[in-house]
Amino acid sequence: MSSKSYLRILVPVKRAIDYQIRPRLVDGTINTKGIKFSINPFDDIAVEEALRIKESHNDKVENVHCVSIGQNKAQDIIRNCLAKGVDSSTLIDSGDASLEPLAIAKLLKKMVEKSNSNLIILGKQAIDDDSSNTGQILAGLLNWPQATNAAKVELLEGDKIKVTREIDGGEEYLVSSLPMVITTDLRLNTPRYVSLSKLMKAKKLPIEKLGLDHELFKDVDTGSQLKVIKLEEPKPRDAGIQVDSVAELITKIRADKLI
Amino acid sequence: KSTFAFIETSNDGKLLPQSLSTLSAAQQLNKPIVALILGKNSSKIAESLIKDYKIQQLNEIIYSQDEIFDSKLPEIFTPNLIKILDENNGDNFSNFIISSSNFGKNILPRISSIFNYQPINDVIEIDASDKNIFKRPIFAGNLIETIDSSKQAKKFISIRSSAFPNTLDVTENADSSNSNTEIKELEEIINPENLTITWEGNKIVESKRPDLNGAKIVVAGGRALKDKETFDKLLDPLADKLNAAIGGTRAAVDNNLLDNSLQIGQTGKIVAPDLYVAVGISGAIQHIAGMKNSKKIVAINNDPDAPIFKVADYYIVGDLNAVVPELTEKLP
Repeated sequence: MSSKSYLRILVPVKRAIDYQIRPRLVDGTINTKGIKFSINPFDDIAVEEALRIKESHNDKVENVHCVSIGQNKAQDIIRNCLAKGVDSSTLIDSGDASLEPLAIAKLLKKMVEKSNSNLIILGKQAIDDDSSNTGQILAGLLNWPQATNAAKVELLEGDKIKVTREIDGGEEYLVSSLPMVITTDLRLNTPRYVSLSKLMKAKKLPIEKLGLDHELFKDVDTGSQLKVIKLEEPKPRDAGIQVDSVAELITKIRADKLI
Repeated sequence: KSTFAFIETSNDGKLLPQSLSTLSAAQQLNKPIVALILGKNSSKIAESLIKDYKIQQLNEIIYSQDEIFDSKLPEIFTPNLIKILDENNGDNFSNFIISSSNFGKNILPRISSIFNYQPINDVIEIDASDKNIFKRPIFAGNLIETIDSSKQAKKFISIRSSAFPNTLDVTENADSSNSNTEIKELEEIINPENLTITWEGNKIVESKRPDLNGAKIVVAGGRALKDKETFDKLLDPLADKLNAAIGGTRAAVDNNLLDNSLQIGQTGKIVAPDLYVAVGISGAIQHIAGMKNSKKIVAINNDPDAPIFKVADYYIVGDLNAVVPELTEKLP
């Protein structure tokens, strides 16, 4: 392989309620008033991985482009990505519509075609709906290979990439040619912080904004197939009983026929 | 129309406990069941499903032992499963159901996308009267959503195994309810050409202990165990005595007290054993998300304000180094 750059990395990112906040229901819907939103932590890991690849293989990376689909407010997290070193970005403004992963993946597929991306890195799940769908659906729609739950990503000679992925009971190793989809797991890396001065500078950088009515998405059906008919908090467990001795504990669990 | 239930097996050709949960959930969908077993030893597993368990409505088992399925690559499973489901233009199939294990999560969305369906993920409850309605946890289990899928003619469902029983009735006599089940070997196998991804092997953490996914008792440790030596010295004998699986918190994994495949929590394993013994675990919400549906929870911690005590059935405030060995010693 020559030193010609060939990697065009697309990093889809989602704006979600911050991981430290426990969502509460008000009148049956999730209260978002005054609630802090952040980039989905797994997507933050994806951004970090794309930047690390770019920094360690500068000659191979043509660009890192991030895209978010959501409310206009999602530009906050995009600015953050730009401040960290992402080259360019797109916000697909879907307004207040809540899109299912299948619809998100269809829109992302259009972005992939538009930016001619050949490596997609995104979080293994969003911590709001916990679906763990988008990467796999996108890989399916594109008919590209996928490496989910990545714990390690290594560029090999040629255009090959080795991924160590976390599986039940251990890990497994995959080698794929481009194009491919990678979803990131917790231990892949620790995302960097971004300085205020970089953040200020990023405010001046352009973000491409597209609406769902844009020509590019004209044949994409973003309608929902599933309808949420109720949200509730799970029943709390009964208050626990403090026991004063090991003997008493054993008596209790024996009475419950657990041993 | 049938429910196609994917029976997950281990790399060395054993039935995994979550597959029995998948079958329990499939029974609740009230349609004839077609079980799919693709991988090593699947002909024997097919026979065992009929002989050793009582599975209502199990009409058919389709199996293949072709070594193409050994790698577990979604790029290989997807075209083969699509072909099976698409038989007779998909007329035979209304549901596809699989456990939301690592493997299930990896392949289900890929398959459903080809049929243009949004998957129904991590189901914990199927409505008793309306089989279009499901409950699933979101926000690390802090909220439960109820979804109506009646718009979908076909459903691609993953279930959280810990929410469905994995103890299907063992048949007591030869008069099995499954005597009419047909066993068919998969005839035509698709070997995708020009595959650009290869499986290079794996490293499975060997353990003589029960698997976290199906264990009846789980002993779990947190950061308070400090180092690997203390973790092993205190928890191994206790787990031995209880025949328990061992797991831990993210903090414990990050401090190298145990392997990361044993992490319990929102982003690790979700478990719901009969008994969960939490040792030196303070109770971060992400950890509690992975264990709060255990039937009984015992917690041992020296901090009287530890949040884990709020979800525990019984708890002892005390020094781990004294309480745990005493518990191990006094257990029958």
